[in-house]
Amino acid sequence: MSVIAPNFKLSEFVKSILDNIFWILLILTLIGLPAIQFILFYIEMPVINGELLTPFLALTWLADPSRSIPILKAFMATDLFRIAAFPGFGFAALIAAGTIFVERKMLAKLQLRVGPFYCGKVEGILQLMGDGLKLISKEIIIPAKADKPIFWAAPVLFVATAAAFVALIPVAPGWVVADLDVGLLAVFAVIGFFPIITILSAWSANSKFPFIGGIRALYQMVSFEIPLILSLLGVVILTGTLNLSEITASQSSFPWIIFLPIGAIVFFITMLAELERIPFDLPEAESEIVAGWLTEFSGMMYGLVQLGTYLKLYSFAALFVVLFLGGWNGPMIWPPFPEEIITEGIELGPVTAQFPGLPLFSQEMLNGTVWFVLKTVGVIFFILLPRGVFPRIRVDMLLDLGWKKLIGLAFVNIFIALGLLYAGILGPGGIL
Amino acid sequence: MSSPTLPPGLAIQKADERIMTLNVGPQHPGSGHMRIIVQIDGDYIVACDPDPGYVHRGEEKMAEYRNYTLNVPHLERPVIHDSCNILYPYVLAAEELLGLEIPERAKYIRVIASELNRCIYTQYWLAIYGIFLGHSTMFMWPAGDRELLIDLMEKMTGARVTHSYFIPGGIRNDLPANFEDVCLRQVNYFEKRIKEYADVFYNNPILISRTENTGVLTRENAIKLGTTGSVLRASGVDYDVRKKEPYDVYDELDFETNVMKSGDSYARSRIPWLDMMESCRIIRDALQKMPKSGSVRVKLKPNPKGEIGSVYKRIESGRGALGCYIVSDKKVEPYRVKLSVPSFRNLIALPHLLIGEKLGNMPSVYWSLNYWPVEADR
Repeated sequence: MSVIAPNFKLSEFVKSILDNIFWILLILTLIGLPAIQFILFYIEMPVINGELLTPFLALTWLADPSRSIPILKAFMATDLFRIAAFPGFGFAALIAAGTIFVERKMLAKLQLRVGPFYCGKVEGILQLMGDGLKLISKEIIIPAKADKPIFWAAPVLFVATAAAFVALIPVAPGWVVADLDVGLLAVFAVIGFFPIITILSAWSANSKFPFIGGIRALYQMVSFEIPLILSLLGVVILTGTLNLSEITASQSSFPWIIFLPIGAIVFFITMLAELERIPFDLPEAESEIVAGWLTEFSGMMYGLVQLGTYLKLYSFAALFVVLFLGGWNGPMIWPPFPEEIITEGIELGPVTAQFPGLPLFSQEMLNGTVWFVLKTVGVIFFILLPRGVFPRIRVDMLLDLGWKKLIGLAFVNIFIALGLLYAGILGPGGIL
Repeated sequence: MSSPTLPPGLAIQKADERIMTLNVGPQHPGSGHMRIIVQIDGDYIVACDPDPGYVHRGEEKMAEYRNYTLNVPHLERPVIHDSCNILYPYVLAAEELLGLEIPERAKYIRVIASELNRCIYTQYWLAIYGIFLGHSTMFMWPAGDRELLIDLMEKMTGARVTHSYFIPGGIRNDLPANFEDVCLRQVNYFEKRIKEYADVFYNNPILISRTENTGVLTRENAIKLGTTGSVLRASGVDYDVRKKEPYDVYDELDFETNVMKSGDSYARSRIPWLDMMESCRIIRDALQKMPKSGSVRVKLKPNPKGEIGSVYKRIESGRGALGCYIVSDKKVEPYRVKLSVPSFRNLIALPHLLIGEKLGNMPSVYWSLNYWPVEADR
């Protein structure tokens, strides 16, 4: 056994808790009671079953499953849940974590090796957690000549912008953090922030390799934003709306990729470039410019940028699904909720428990989420795949591809959409 | 007083705000144990000054204090994964000075070991070429397939990388039992594997568009700059020491040299790959023609003394013509040992190739020169 982690003994652990029980009680009282007072005084509590919910009542009800379900439902109706947990940050971070794991294992299988193997016993499933802990415990080194406020702000801004992008994605009918009528315009606005953050962080590091990487990222993102926006116009022409939920709802019978395959291909390629993934990872080309604009980041600052990168990857894949693959639409595969649980309750030994608040989620929502996740994971898989197959391309080839070929193809796509519209085959909202 | 003439690196240069100087190395993922001082104007390289010498170990001086046999383990250190080939010219020269006649079987085994080592070196080189271009699969595949041949070398010599197998007078020990069958099987599988690299790497459209017409070394310049090995053959010069000045039994074996005309980074990366297939052919041929039994080394006297005189021998290593010059003054130790290494000769071409190129081409052009920093510094 190593010296750092001595043998764990339950008796000693319990003893240490008993030793500190006075302090635990004191601190709980000093912090917990004012917190409850604060909540009671300042926060508007929901009314459930005709009773005003107080923290005391909530604690009492938690013991009773039939009464805790309304609390859960009330919590799930809040904006906090939507932002932090389900269609927002937590859901996206979970998919991002899965993406990292799948990427490592898949790439390893492709390259005749095993990938993460020991951490977490089963196929290295906890490797990401280990890496996260390592990054958190590492020292953050700021270059002496860096512009410190901007350098500090860049990773946080990067994650914040990526999270803003996540907020615009509709996952299931009605389940979206920000349901904007100009959703697609908001997406373009959010995408427009990334090059600014990149160049600011690269410039503020006051170092040569990050600077070159930042300039490359700027070239790449700005020149690929134009075909990106143009490739999505075809969908907007056919649906007649910028609202992402309405665009998804319009694909209930067929996805737009059937009519606009060129647009989908152009969007997929520009997506790879915006995400700085191989073959377009020039801003992080390690053999040329060390790690590009990430060179000077260390510790959790680097971890935050990586988190932002994978959130961005999820968002772009989800955007592709929403615009071209029909989002949550799909055959109903989720089984209906068994009605007898509501009417008769569940027999738990001698007691028959009643659950009046069920079901928590509707069948449509669960089915939509399943289809959305399946499609998104498929798209993410195809985003990861080129990493095992392609080498990196060069800046001039990249700009040539962006400005000459993809913009032309995007215009072809717009003309196809206009042709479909004026020929009377398709119109806003579906087949005429 | 006239101003002293300074070497190019120290000369005072006019400051130009457009020009940015980058120190690529010695701590940079895109350099070996060396530094390339690159000046860029935007994305274009305007000046390039390779700066080797970070891993100088004084191998040549060390060789003056040890006798002919004790020089073997340290002279192979500059290129540990091509250790048979870097010892080869020293051993040939020492044998001529000591007046030794080598058994036929030892000559064949030397050829087999040398060709196996060439493949091991080239696989390592290819792996790094792949990762320099951002192709991580091409990093892992050669590094993994290299294991096959390393296992063979381990069977043969007892060591995985630093073999110390060639000694003046033959080879250190005979082959183990049933080595021929194992060797044939592994080499056949190895050849099958490296042919698969064409699909993922050499026929990849992105790779071809990235490396074709970059860092073009014309036939005239290749000869004028004194480049050697795969760099020379990629520029259209059919020059291979194994063919032109056959040593040991290469004149009895059946193989060809690969020549490409374009002289660009792609051709320089393709030639070593084609050479590996020729190596497999040589190994199979040598295994067939080899005498099945017999002595593999000549018994040496303790502390043998070389004849007065000097000998220069050279062989074709994984990187090109590798020469060794020994001067002897009738003592136990050689008076002078000089290694003429291909890496250093190929590095001379680097500034000529890089000026006018884009920064993104720097790693591919640099590594396509088949340059190994430790060998160049000796």
